[in-house]
Amino acid sequence: MDGDEIGVTAPEFSALVLAGSFIAGGLGALTGLGGGVVIIPLLTLVFHVDLRYAIGASLISVIATSSGSAAAYVRDGYSNVRIGLFLEMATSLGAILGAAIAMLVPTHGLAILFGVVLLYSAFAAKPHDHIVMEKSGGAKSLATRFKLNGAFPSQTGQGWTHYSVVRVPLGFAIMLIAGILSGLLGIGSGAVKVLAMDQAMRIPFKVSTTTSNFMIGVTAAASAGIYLKRGYVDPGLAMPVMLGVLAGSLVGARMLMAASVSRLRLIFRTVILVLALEMIYNGATGRI
Amino acid sequence: MGRLLKAGVFIAAGVMLAGGIVYLFVERQPPPDYTEFHSDAAVLGSISHIFRLALRGNAAAIIQIGTLLMIATPVARVAFAAYAYLRSHDRMYVVISSIVLVLLLYGIFFGT
Repeated sequence: MDGDEIGVTAPEFSALVLAGSFIAGGLGALTGLGGGVVIIPLLTLVFHVDLRYAIGASLISVIATSSGSAAAYVRDGYSNVRIGLFLEMATSLGAILGAAIAMLVPTHGLAILFGVVLLYSAFAAKPHDHIVMEKSGGAKSLATRFKLNGAFPSQTGQGWTHYSVVRVPLGFAIMLIAGILSGLLGIGSGAVKVLAMDQAMRIPFKVSTTTSNFMIGVTAAASAGIYLKRGYVDPGLAMPVMLGVLAGSLVGARMLMAASVSRLRLIFRTVILVLALEMIYNGATGRI
Repeated sequence: MGRLLKAGVFIAAGVMLAGGIVYLFVERQPPPDYTEFHSDAAVLGSISHIFRLALRGNAAAIIQIGTLLMIATPVARVAFAAYAYLRSHDRMYVVISSIVLVLLLYGIFFGT
């Protein structure tokens, strides 16, 4: 859909993109996947926007939703800033690398990769709730050396639940990959970040999701400058996308607290599955 | 701290909205074609150029300023964290947050 074919004016086009982005942002917040993974298929498949413009617009909206929501969690005491910053060394480096090689990868390849990552994000095993306590005695673990262990407000409402962190090098390596994916595809890579923190490093669920939230914006910012220089971020497109996704994600986050989510999750998973397969198909047949 | 982040996001969004209004209703450009990628449109890529254009009232440049503000929010977050660690004499994390800050600034200013 572009102006020449149908005679849509710029405000009408922006309104349509705004509405679509709003839905994408809401869907992203309700599924916990973030706006990036929904907005890119929306822009490329429905609006026939070139993947590079879609990635640029998506990246800015990812920063917006991350910074917009991260605020609350730091206040509640769940997110662990040290873990976030420590791992961000890997993720930001990855983001710069990813953005650097993005130019060299043809868009069909990016579209297929995107679909695969989307499939993973939607259907990855749900994190379990676990607390690991460090065994006393013995050599100091890497986690202790880097002051990564922490505590969060107890479920009982009183005091703090302490936790330890393990397999730091593995978590670091996965975070590097998360960063590269973010830089390549313009997404937040939240699912991969939670993978690193939850499965590899055994950080409690609420801590890993909130810390990931805060990290997503930082990672996206690392590659955003590169995308800006290359012209991937078009102001006319980024503006309605960012505004729509931000508004949608704020509304979606509110609904998340109120609504019964399990039935909705099934519907959303189906939608995401369709989008992911469409991206892979379009990439494989060279249409993206 | 969290309030600072949120304020930054909304200020950036506000600037983008303002630019958007100028773009749509004042400049009244024809709808652009996004189906093909044109890298020569990266004329808006250089930061000093963006500021000069914005001061002249160029809508696209105003929007890009909003974009830059948006990108700056997490950077500010990390910078403030570094400062807080400095104040609490946590040398290890002053170094770690500075490393992240350097990576961020590299991506923003020197990425090619």
